[in-house]
Amino acid sequence: MTAGRMTAGLGELLRLALRRDRIMLPIWIYALIGSVVSTLVSIRRLYPDDASREQLAQSINGNPSLRTLYGPVYDAHSVGALTAWRILPFGGLMIGLLCVLLITRHTRAEEESGRLELIGAGAVGRSAPLAAALGTALTACVTVALAVPLLMTAFGEDAAGSFALGLAYAGVGLVFAGAAALAAQVTGTARAANGIGGALLGLAYVLRATGDASGSSGPEWLVWLSPLGWAERVRPYRDNAWWLPALMLAAFVVQVAGAYLLADRRDLGSGLLPQRPGPPAGAPSLRSAYVLGLRLQRGSLYGWTAGFLAAGLVFGGISQGIRQLLQGSGSAQQLLERMGGTHGAVDSYLSTMVSTFGMVAAVYAVQTVLRLRGEETGGRAEPVLATGVARLTWAWSHLVYPLLGSAVLLLAAGLGLGLGTGAVLGDLGGWTWRLLGAALVQLPAVWVFAGAAVALFGLLPRWTAAAWGIVGVLLFIAYLGPLLSAGQWVLDLTPFTHVPRLPGGTVTLQPLLWLTLVTVALGGAGLAGLRRRDLG
Amino acid sequence: MAMSMSPAVSVSGLVKTFGRTRALDGLELSVARGEVHGFLGPNGAGKSTTIRVLLGLIRADSGTVRLLDGDPWRDSVALHRRLAHVPGDVTLWRNLTGGEVIDLLGRLRGGLNPDRRAELLERFELDPTKKGNAYSKGNRQKVALVAAFASDAELLILDEPTSGLDPLMEEVFRGCVAEGRDRGRTVLLSSHVLSEVEALCDRVSIIRAGRTVESGSLAALRHLTRTSIEAELGDAPQGLDRLPGLHGVDLGQGDGGGVHLRCQVDTDRLDALLRVLSAAGVRTLTSRPPTLEELFLRHYEQPAESAPQGVTS
Ligand SMILES: Nc1ncnc2c1ncn2[C@@H]1O[C@H](COP(=O)(O)OP(=O)(O)O)[C@@H](O)[C@H]1O
Ligand SMILES: [Mg+2]
Repeated sequence: MTAGRMTAGLGELLRLALRRDRIMLPIWIYALIGSVVSTLVSIRRLYPDDASREQLAQSINGNPSLRTLYGPVYDAHSVGALTAWRILPFGGLMIGLLCVLLITRHTRAEEESGRLELIGAGAVGRSAPLAAALGTALTACVTVALAVPLLMTAFGEDAAGSFALGLAYAGVGLVFAGAAALAAQVTGTARAANGIGGALLGLAYVLRATGDASGSSGPEWLVWLSPLGWAERVRPYRDNAWWLPALMLAAFVVQVAGAYLLADRRDLGSGLLPQRPGPPAGAPSLRSAYVLGLRLQRGSLYGWTAGFLAAGLVFGGISQGIRQLLQGSGSAQQLLERMGGTHGAVDSYLSTMVSTFGMVAAVYAVQTVLRLRGEETGGRAEPVLATGVARLTWAWSHLVYPLLGSAVLLLAAGLGLGLGTGAVLGDLGGWTWRLLGAALVQLPAVWVFAGAAVALFGLLPRWTAAAWGIVGVLLFIAYLGPLLSAGQWVLDLTPFTHVPRLPGGTVTLQPLLWLTLVTVALGGAGLAGLRRRDLG
Repeated sequence: MAMSMSPAVSVSGLVKTFGRTRALDGLELSVARGEVHGFLGPNGAGKSTTIRVLLGLIRADSGTVRLLDGDPWRDSVALHRRLAHVPGDVTLWRNLTGGEVIDLLGRLRGGLNPDRRAELLERFELDPTKKGNAYSKGNRQKVALVAAFASDAELLILDEPTSGLDPLMEEVFRGCVAEGRDRGRTVLLSSHVLSEVEALCDRVSIIRAGRTVESGSLAALRHLTRTSIEAELGDAPQGLDRLPGLHGVDLGQGDGGGVHLRCQVDTDRLDALLRVLSAAGVRTLTSRPPTLEELFLRHYEQPAESAPQGVTS
């Protein structure tokens, strides 16, 4: 009876949530499922026989930078296994991200906006809102868990393996849905809840990548600390380790139980940590739009910078085992060259890492541009713009972060990589300078993403969020394109294709200038649009 | 205070459409310097849209708009330093305290008076140490009000500023507006709370569906409307049904054996009615000027000119 009352109105809330997500959720699910099928098809096409697959496996497993990105190939004889190997690290990250965003959107963000209070006053039980949020995440995960095996078996793959793949994929989503449910109770804002979720995703990726990089000669056990590692170790089509999806389900249940315990101990609208009072008056420096922009953006800048520095140190530190691993593995050379630099294995590995950091920095750049739209639609731009602050000043007070904050992130990653590499290989100063430079060279490519987001914000404000779609598609191409031998014109679409491979490659200024020009054109068009359009 | 004679706000023929919605449809508005001007209209009439045009946040489709002798779109930055705005729905930054927001907005506007700031915080009983998301709606409103009243802006643009305030705080708000007027400031007060406008404003503009339907001083507007009459008469009045401008006539048996009359009369027909009444022998008479409420309702009654219920004649 009490349970009934606690979840009263769950059906209504779930319907409402699914209605709000009726566009975003199908697009995500389609992308999550579609990428599995397209990976399967292209592997069949590119590696049609056992010999070619064997060669692929050797070249991947012998190359630490590829192992870091994708994990080791565990079964070269099955196309299904190759598909699972390829899709789970990146797809797992994506379904985890989807679940974090869904849970935050329907719990903490709703509370923050006060809408939940409106609903809470109706006949809705205390537990219902979180349950409805979990319902949306479950909808996504169950759809993936069912659709992936259906499609894979339809394409002629083994049924048990296909189910294991679907469960491993969906299981990652469940674990992060649980984590987000916990984060939503602890934090006071949706931004912070998403930040915790994102940091956990990043950590899971770094742990999995570090463990996979050097295999049994290194800290392979790190893989077991990461839900992405669990998914990988299900090894669909070979081991079908069913206990791992069960472990993921258990992690989900435990986290959700924890979230409900915490929810009972806090008030609606507040986090677990009490709000502390702040200064009763503004510091003398709080007198310009730029200082306001700093106050609003600095938390995320600090968090991202710390994450980049730490990940850089870790990935630099594992460059140790690379020379030995590569010795005697000549078949890696071809893929190696396609992936990165041409001078030496360590350079190739590091340039792949630098480029990966660049892609993640693009996410930061877009996020910080989109903050402008958030301020506008949240009604917080209006009071500033009704004072003596010009529109462009207001815009620049945030655009400093995609432009220069991204540089800070890249330098942090370069510093981490340099110090980490130098610490294990010697020549600390040399590595540090080279990697700082290599990281900074990514900046113009990162800027293009920011420019695209500014263009949308200024010219098509209602479509500003489509910038995430651009990021998703281009990063998908950049991440999976080279290995899938996508056509060069497809690769050329992504800015990162045009950045010189460093360290190891030669620096050519021309592509960097072009990228900068594209950014200026996109950003200029966006800012011109912003000056002209209605706000609000 | 020496001021130019041009109005602080002058809007004519203002049109603004959002897709198919015609939010403003030829709106007229004129606010003289130094007056408190009530801007009245039901929800969705276009008050906020007009204010957003005045602030240069959105651009008018057509019509002329002048604000403090400037163009609100082109000269927005310079004009904004001379005005203070309180939006209808105040949202604050979560990681800034109320005190910080007050100071920030004041400084972005070119400074604020620290003594007045302190005094206003006390009068509005506002705790400036709370973070943005810890304030209730009324308290967020107070943050914006303190920031506006503590400035030296010559024009205050207030968009339904009391919608979250309790009655005590509304009283404080009224006091602040009155003081502002005494200092020579111009106030444009958008509202749908009639008593507030009646208490504060020198002149009002009433809008409906993006159009100005009435504008003028309260006294002049009352003149345009009906006066309520209640009288005890010795005899039945003769020729009431031939009088123009008479509404809601209710004749009945009086307590003292006479005739009891209740009716409303267009204010410019009052004289003719009184003649008829005095011919019938007036024992008692009360007349009440129309409240703004009635004025308002008259404009917004669905069929605008239908007679009130209970007509007998
Ligand atoms: N940005 C917008 N997009 C579409 N319609 C709008 C927008 N802003 C206002 N409107 C419409 O314009 C009309 C006037 O709204 P508003 O000015 O907010 O009214 P008021 O402030 O008098 O309540 C309403 O019908 C409203 O729905
Ligand atoms: Mg309004």
